[in-house]
Amino acid sequence: MEYFLIIISSIFVNNILLSQFLGICPFLGVSNKLSTATGMSGAVCFVITLATVVTYLVNQYLLLPFGLGFLQTIAFILIIAALVQMVEIVLKKISPSLYQALGIFLPLITTNCAVLGVAITVVTKEFTFGGESHMLNLAEATVYALATSLGYGLAMILFAGLREHLAMNDVPKAFKGLPIALITVSIMAMAFLGFTGII
Amino acid sequence: MEDRIMSKLSLITKGFIKDNPTFVLVLGMCPTLATTTSALNGLEMGLATLFVLVLSNMAISALAPLVPDKVHIPVYIVVIATFVTVLQLLMQAYVPSVYAQLGLFIPLIVVNCIVLGRAEAFANKNGVIDSALDGLGIGIGFTMSLTAIGVVREILGSGSVFGLKFIPGDGILAFVMAPGAFMVLGYLMVLFNKYLKK
Repeated sequence: MEYFLIIISSIFVNNILLSQFLGICPFLGVSNKLSTATGMSGAVCFVITLATVVTYLVNQYLLLPFGLGFLQTIAFILIIAALVQMVEIVLKKISPSLYQALGIFLPLITTNCAVLGVAITVVTKEFTFGGESHMLNLAEATVYALATSLGYGLAMILFAGLREHLAMNDVPKAFKGLPIALITVSIMAMAFLGFTGII
Repeated sequence: MEDRIMSKLSLITKGFIKDNPTFVLVLGMCPTLATTTSALNGLEMGLATLFVLVLSNMAISALAPLVPDKVHIPVYIVVIATFVTVLQLLMQAYVPSVYAQLGLFIPLIVVNCIVLGRAEAFANKNGVIDSALDGLGIGIGFTMSLTAIGVVREILGSGSVFGLKFIPGDGILAFVMAPGAFMVLGYLMVLFNKYLKK
């Protein structure tokens, strides 16, 4: 039941893009076409989940026992950068077709604040599910990361679909490009606010 | 002499309008949207970024000749992360309430594309003083944009500016929440394109 709550709340209610504002740059940058948006979402899903598990373990068994909590930011960003690099190398060797699909997005992911954001959130924030608040354990953190990144993919793909239609419409000159896209996201975020009531 | 002062000055002022990080370069969108729920929050976030921007620009311009080309991005990220950690510790010590308010977005300055962007585009091929001025200009531009967005959202969302309430009642809650952030940024960008961009 608790896992179910985590999944619903992180995909819909606290959507990472539309209510937490993490990872907005790639969201606006690569959502012009549905195919690139799907590729980016896949890559982000994979990296967020992997990075969260690794940083959680490093934080729990390396940083905290030795009193190195203040190194968190530096350690996490280095781990993420190294992981992305490794995923790239492994993917190139094992599955060239997947690498073709995700490859160009991988280097961009290091500076995607959604990855670092989720990694820091799971080790610092107390979550409240069903009345009592507590820190997430490893299994919950993994589920949270996976669900959050699915929420990222959902918002990204929905928005890319809207934006493909938007490109064909005639909008005033000053609204062209990003401004009209931002206003569209605003309306999407309003729709997502409607999910607030469900948990 | 006059020319030199002018050119130094233009390094700072170009960040205000011509290279405005929010409305022209469109970088660092996450803190721009997330922390501008009020004018004061926007201002504080802008100043925090300014601090890291100036120091990391100076450090990177001094280090750049020593860093091998192949590893320059990881090196820059470590330099930036170091200054962010310094900022985190300083804020926790002296202004804990501000730190709690801005929360996650202080450590996330590490991945703010403005900071790495200036390192790549300016600091690694210019002198220490020029880089500091460039960081200062871009930082002030960022702070101004964030404060502007914060002012609009605070007026519409809670009827006040910098906490001074002048419209009675609750205001339109949506402007303090997520949809308002996107909408205000969108419309301000329209105004910027129409009246300020050359």
